[in-house]
Amino acid sequence: MAEQKNGANRAPVPRGGPNQGGYQKPKNLRGTVGRLMGYLGRYKLRLALVAVCILLSSACSVGGSYLMRPLINDYILPGNFPGLAKMLAVMGGIYLLGAGLSFAYARMMVRISQSTVAALRRDLFAKLQTLPLKYFDAHTHGELMSRFTNDIDNVSEAINNSFASLISSAATFLGTLAMMLYISPLLTCITFAVLAVMLAAVRGIGGRSRKSFTAQQKAIGAVNGYIEEMTEGQKVIKVFNHEPAAIEGFRERNEAYRQASTSAQSFAGAMMPVMGNLSYLNYAVTCMAGALLAIRSGDLGGLAAFLQYTRQVSQPVSQVSQQVNVLLAAVAGAERIFEVMETEPEQNSGKVTLVRAKCLSGNRIEETDIETGAWAWKKPDGALIPVRGDVRFDHVVFSYDGSKTILNGISLYAEPGQKIALVGSTGAGKTTITNLINRFYELDSGTITYDGIDIRDIEKDSLRKSLGVVLQDTHLFSGTVADNIRYGRLDATDEEVEAAAKLANADGFIRHLPQGYATVLSGDGGSLSQGERQLLNIARAALSNPPVLILDEATSSIDTRTEKLIEKGMDQLMAGRTVFVIAHRLSTVRNSQAILVLEQGEIIERGGHNDLLDQQGRYYRLYTGQAELA
Amino acid sequence: MVKKLLPYTKGYRPWIALGIACSAMDAVFQLLIPLVMADIVDIGVANADTGFIVRKGLLMVVLAAVAMAFGLGSAASSARAGMGFGANLRTAEYARVQDFSFSNIEKFSTASLVTRLTSDVRVLEMTLMMSMRLLVRAPVMLVAALVLAVRLSSQLSRVFLAAIPLLVIFVVLLMTKVGPLFRQLQEKTDDVNLVVQENLTGIRVVKSFVREAYEKEKFAKRNNGLRETSEKAFGAVVVNMPVMMLIIYGTIIAVMWFGGKMVFAGTMEVGGLTAFFSYITEILISLMMVSMIFMMMSRSIACAKRICEVLDEVPAVTDAQAQSGASVESGSVDFENVSFRYNDESAGWVLEDVSLHIPAGSTVGILGGTGSGKSTLVSLIPRLYEAQKGTVFVGSRPVADYTMEHLRDAVSVVLQKNTLFSGTIRENLLWGNPDATEEQLLAACRSACADEFLDRMPEGLDTDLGQGGVNVSGGQKQRLCIARAILKQPKILILDDSTSAVDTATDAKIREAFRRDLPGTTKLIIAQRISSIADANLILVLDKGRVVAQGSHEKLMKTCDIYQDVYLSQQEGVSIGG
Repeated sequence: MAEQKNGANRAPVPRGGPNQGGYQKPKNLRGTVGRLMGYLGRYKLRLALVAVCILLSSACSVGGSYLMRPLINDYILPGNFPGLAKMLAVMGGIYLLGAGLSFAYARMMVRISQSTVAALRRDLFAKLQTLPLKYFDAHTHGELMSRFTNDIDNVSEAINNSFASLISSAATFLGTLAMMLYISPLLTCITFAVLAVMLAAVRGIGGRSRKSFTAQQKAIGAVNGYIEEMTEGQKVIKVFNHEPAAIEGFRERNEAYRQASTSAQSFAGAMMPVMGNLSYLNYAVTCMAGALLAIRSGDLGGLAAFLQYTRQVSQPVSQVSQQVNVLLAAVAGAERIFEVMETEPEQNSGKVTLVRAKCLSGNRIEETDIETGAWAWKKPDGALIPVRGDVRFDHVVFSYDGSKTILNGISLYAEPGQKIALVGSTGAGKTTITNLINRFYELDSGTITYDGIDIRDIEKDSLRKSLGVVLQDTHLFSGTVADNIRYGRLDATDEEVEAAAKLANADGFIRHLPQGYATVLSGDGGSLSQGERQLLNIARAALSNPPVLILDEATSSIDTRTEKLIEKGMDQLMAGRTVFVIAHRLSTVRNSQAILVLEQGEIIERGGHNDLLDQQGRYYRLYTGQAELA
Repeated sequence: MVKKLLPYTKGYRPWIALGIACSAMDAVFQLLIPLVMADIVDIGVANADTGFIVRKGLLMVVLAAVAMAFGLGSAASSARAGMGFGANLRTAEYARVQDFSFSNIEKFSTASLVTRLTSDVRVLEMTLMMSMRLLVRAPVMLVAALVLAVRLSSQLSRVFLAAIPLLVIFVVLLMTKVGPLFRQLQEKTDDVNLVVQENLTGIRVVKSFVREAYEKEKFAKRNNGLRETSEKAFGAVVVNMPVMMLIIYGTIIAVMWFGGKMVFAGTMEVGGLTAFFSYITEILISLMMVSMIFMMMSRSIACAKRICEVLDEVPAVTDAQAQSGASVESGSVDFENVSFRYNDESAGWVLEDVSLHIPAGSTVGILGGTGSGKSTLVSLIPRLYEAQKGTVFVGSRPVADYTMEHLRDAVSVVLQKNTLFSGTIRENLLWGNPDATEEQLLAACRSACADEFLDRMPEGLDTDLGQGGVNVSGGQKQRLCIARAILKQPKILILDDSTSAVDTATDAKIREAFRRDLPGTTKLIIAQRISSIADANLILVLDKGRVVAQGSHEKLMKTCDIYQDVYLSQQEGVSIGG
């Protein structure tokens, strides 16, 4: 159950399912495209310019080809070479203009698409920062990561290529069509009959290929999921000589992947030869018909130009047909991105803020910018209330999913400066209590007050700034050791960082690292032992210097002897603060003012260590090792 | 690199050949079409021969149909070959990873191994498939179009002498510029993904410390870097198209000029001139394809390099010195002046000059502070790592004498960071012994005290664990891992802090069961709790990579300061768990 609520513990879930691929039909095509257009809307002017450039460059290529007819009929056949030279110069000019324009719009499009995608990424990341933890519990990291990788890539590809290619295809298509009609309406009809066949082929292949693409994505998901899970447990595989079985399991999935993929790619690959050759077929039929017509009219130049158009007109059709999959994938990707963006952010309607305070005579306090160590709550009306660290739960009921109650009407209090220990078995609700103080989750009913203020009235950032948390799951970021400690307070000086490390007894091992405090940690500090990582976490919290401290199994991986060594530092850290401690080892919680024993979401005992021992109740049995926890 | 990857096309080479042949034929047939067309215009129209026009027209239709058949053949074979190659490569890579020792695995990190096995291979298989379809087709088209053009008019074809070198020079220049840009692009993408990934795993830390703004700023920096690099890379790519267009249009104009003169002079027909333009277009298209494939390849090269790194990695521990027939006869363990460090470059040793003797069947407790080398010490016994100095003996033979399979069958380790796999509890337990009977499974669960919670599960052994064993608590997971290890019926059983989440009472029961059920097995127990090891036959106390004391609990209580310290630190309270 602890695993259930802790996203960081979650094992990677096989990719695939609804989040992969993007070949399924988008749910809300219009809305999604509309929002995407909203992003592109910032570049309205430039996009219009791009469209103009595309149209002009298409006109140039159509016009250039059209010149062939007068060139052959009026200049080459009669042998008018000065005229031919002039006309060729005109043609060259048109082509040059066309190439220049297409370069210009391609460059503009790169800028627009990259800026758009960067904006999408930025907004998506910013949005993630505002989402409640509940959201991260319900979605795996792999799933959210694929928004940034797969989905954004798909959108980027579509904007990059498809936008321009759609416009230019449409323009080329229409322009060519007009010219063909102009040269010969009859031939045009023939050409379009064949084009209709091409479109039918596209639809047929497209439908079947979509099905096999879905199968392919599923198979890819299965292989990736297997690799992720098995590689995660690679060391266990080694220890159990399980390598042959692992390879066997891999082979099965890999073979299924190969088959599905072969079929999907065969379909996708069929598109090109079918389209290409149908366009040749078109060419052949048109040529035959055109020749028969030319016998009567003698318009050879017209036939040459027309045949050129016949080749040209099928190009946009096959181009668009190749873009369909890209576009569908992009829309599906965009839809998933916008789904995240539409998620309700953390509620944050509180108006009370945290400010630094200076104590004046007569118990008065005033706001200040100077670091005084004292803090105050500032109400919207400007009134200041000193932060004391008084935390109370009043009949708090809470469940993570709305059905399974984790906390069942808990009431508790922590007076300023008290050390409160939470004891109980896994799933009893210890970590949940600390999560609620932080307002990581919203209560089902009941209230939590902080210095008499309902925490819902406190601005979220202020609330969290006033609480220092050391989590059981240590997390380190890529960067130097000093950077990681400084995460607690960004403007801390090197001296302050070292002082915090000394307090947590981390200074010793840090100095033994190759570059000391400047040692770069990568991959979540993989080179450090679990105990060392916990020491760094404590140093980080010490640096942030908050009025209230929450230690959730903060020393669970530190051996008892080292724990003894850091005891002095911890005492110093806890002095004068309200502290919530969750610990496995009862020695860690022994000197708390109050020990709360939790079971199944209820507090069954509360009291000091000696009182509880005297009661000979649950705590006593735990302490003497008689009790077994469920 | 190509040489290294070539063997993985095995089994699909006929398909590769067929695919290439098909796509070449496809190209050839397509090229014949304009040739026939020239006949229609120049002979059919000129002579007003309707029958000739229809005959030739039908020929063109047949040619197109044949070309399409070849095209479909090429698509199907190249898909088969590409995907087959990918499957081979993935299998080989995966099998290679299975040969890795712990140090190899750590060198790569799990996340990077997963990418190298999945998306990197995907890029390569797609590249092979596309290259088969286009890379062959393009030069065939190019050559055939050139040949036909020359046949049509060798005089006029001279324009290509100017145009083609120009194109080639341009493509090469562009490639040298774009290649490095794409590599940079890959790195910048990794940067961005790293920030997102760390943000996701550390979201609680981010929120607790109210660092959302800081994270956004961090992200913005990388995001901008990525944007700038992609603008540069794609900006260079788009130069390709217009320049190609220019060169080709220039060619068309030149052909118009010279060809026009020839038509007037009667040395060339109008139909021929028109066909010539078709060839120019074909040549343009094939050259564009070639340059496109080169772009794609510059990306695949990066992937191929990453895959080759995995394939080339030398497993740090091998069976090279194993003697055939050597099997572990007894569970005694000896260390003779063993020193070890994880990284040859680091200055100090993790274990330094360790010598010890553990008789078969005894129970050994190992105690020591954070980073004292406890886990390292035991991981040398099943040869998860290789000691740099000294020798580790199991059953009085050096560990390298045994094949890894034999050794690890005899030495069962319950790792500190353990994993259960998706599937049922039974499937997971069977890892220990695939042939275990129902009774053996239940007996192992009893020894590991897993029976008590198994009884409460509705489906017992057939309960589905979900991925990573998410449906059981930490303590339950540890007990299942112990049961799995016991099922191997090992000569040596190593528990690396494997009962940390189990409460003391259960912990004691498990140790009791070990004594009762596994009397002949040597048991090594790493623990932080003295209570877990106090009744061991021998206790080793480690400090800074050395065994500083060994003996019974009573002896150490009298003679070892560290041991006394630890004992005292734990007297103030016992720990609980669940």
